[in-house]
Amino acid sequence: MSALFAAFVASAIRTATPLGLAALGEVVVERAGIINISLEGVILCGAFGALLGSTYGGVVGGFVGAVVLGAAMTAVFAWFVVRLRADQIITGTALTILAMGVTGTLYRALYGTAGAALSIPTAGPLSIPGLSRIPVIGVGLFDEPAVTYAFYGSIFLLWWWMYRTLDGLGLRAVGESPAAARAAGIRVGRVRTLSLLFGGVMGGLAGGTLVLAQAGTFAEGMSAGRGFIAIAIVVLGRWHPVGVAIAALVFGAASAVQYLLQAAGLGLPYQLFLALPYVLTLLALAGVAGRTRAPASLAKVDEA
Amino acid sequence: MRALRAIAIVAAFIAGLALFLVVLRYDAARAAAALVNGAFGSWYAFGSGTLVRATPLVLTGLAVAIAFRGGVFNVGAEGQFLMGATAATAVALYGPRINSAATVALCFFAGAVLGAIWAAIAALLRTRFHVLEVISTIMLNFTAIYLVSYLVRGPMQEPTHVYPQTASIPHAAELTRLPGGTRLHAGFLVALASAGVAWWMMRSTAAGFRLRVTGLNPDAASSAGRIDVRRVVFIAFAISGALAGLAGAIEVQGVTFALYENISPGYGYTAIAVALLARLDAALVVPAGILFGALEAGAAAMQRDAGVPSVVVSVVEAALILALLASRGIRHRFRETV
Repeated sequence: MSALFAAFVASAIRTATPLGLAALGEVVVERAGIINISLEGVILCGAFGALLGSTYGGVVGGFVGAVVLGAAMTAVFAWFVVRLRADQIITGTALTILAMGVTGTLYRALYGTAGAALSIPTAGPLSIPGLSRIPVIGVGLFDEPAVTYAFYGSIFLLWWWMYRTLDGLGLRAVGESPAAARAAGIRVGRVRTLSLLFGGVMGGLAGGTLVLAQAGTFAEGMSAGRGFIAIAIVVLGRWHPVGVAIAALVFGAASAVQYLLQAAGLGLPYQLFLALPYVLTLLALAGVAGRTRAPASLAKVDEA
Repeated sequence: MRALRAIAIVAAFIAGLALFLVVLRYDAARAAAALVNGAFGSWYAFGSGTLVRATPLVLTGLAVAIAFRGGVFNVGAEGQFLMGATAATAVALYGPRINSAATVALCFFAGAVLGAIWAAIAALLRTRFHVLEVISTIMLNFTAIYLVSYLVRGPMQEPTHVYPQTASIPHAAELTRLPGGTRLHAGFLVALASAGVAWWMMRSTAAGFRLRVTGLNPDAASSAGRIDVRRVVFIAFAISGALAGLAGAIEVQGVTFALYENISPGYGYTAIAVALLARLDAALVVPAGILFGALEAGAAAMQRDAGVPSVVVSVVEAALILALLASRGIRHRFRETV
């Protein structure tokens, strides 16, 4: 039974890590008043960048590739949304479609149709002495690839930056009232562009995690809606880094329930488990979304 | 000026695609020849390839255009299409055995209703719980995919239980082919008629006016126009879902004759490009749908003859939307959650 529970914890962390990374990036983006619907495309590009990078530079090269392609995607998004003041939702949708097309075409062109068998180097678990010996939860939480610790660490760094520094205050001001922030001397466009680049780095890391720490390969469309789920997690976590991390972990735990159910041998169809994350997202949003308040300027075009 | 911009956009996207293929070391000339031949090479190719693919694209394109006009960002046409296809298949297989016209009508109705119900979930989530419809409709798309996957491997699987698909629907539920010797079916006429009705309704009825006003500015619609914005949003979602569901029903009854997992090659997403290219005008959705139908048909030929992956079509779609955005072809929407 404890082995089963340990598997449950490990599975929860595995689901939560890429979602949490992407969602922490999106918190900063949304606090700057931008909603990046193309996060799905960013994660997919990150995954593809990880594949490209790892064929040249192993695991480290893979993460570099993931971060670079993720940030490149949001740089394009920033150009449309911040510079051209284009509609955020339409731009985001178009960029997600673009990411699907470009990664799909490049993958088939570069690796052929036999690419599915492709396997690339993966990041091994890094055991933290002491903590990983905690019974039941220790292995799941503290015997993980390094990127999981990056997720843990970024929760507190981000909290500190957003709520304890002047730049963090500036970010939140831009999201609430770009006009007031501008009057106070904050360069709104710059803040938004930099936030998006940070969101791209985190989304890229999330994609890299899927390839380099979990699947060990790339598959077309492997982001599988995680970008949209991450945006939902930002809402569930009430636009606060700690809240978002908790929401990601709760979501991971809820998805991991499938292991317990499958072990229980109820003979439920496997498609039910595959559909579970999406249904959970809908239910969770219905329960929470109406009772929170988004940054006031979210998704609005800055007319200044 | 508008014509010039349109020409510039089309030229840019042809050049971009050619460059992309050359960079990837494909034979661009051969690919281009395959693309054109596959779409327009013969009367048969035009009817069986382009127009057959244009049929679901016109209907889903209308679905997206009507929703967007009402300020409803329904990106769930894919899921609504799948649910419509499922409902039509179920009625055709298990429904009453009646004459052909009644069976066809009943399947259409079932497809439209289930599509509308699937969209109504997102409408309810938005109007009652303030859930952003972009997220909810995408989640519903994934849910629909796995629901179809379960049905065609479980309760609705064909009798031999070998293939992940349903049995073929009875002949009574099939749509008749149009004269001309191609695979083009009566569903194309349904798509054209739907576009006509939608165009007239948007332009000349009070309901269409309320929809457009709500899309432009929900606050003004509510305070100055005394429009019940929630109600308009719900209706926009329902009509949108019904059209996408009808598209799914027609695809089963006119083309595939059975339900299986990958019945849609992403029509619901291509529909967004169709609607935006048509500038959300129901009448213009017809030529835009035919253009993308040609592109899809041509891409299939390109994959067959020149080995270019057909997924390259989504690059073209995205580039087109981005070009429209960059040239300010798409106005800013005023959007508020209700």
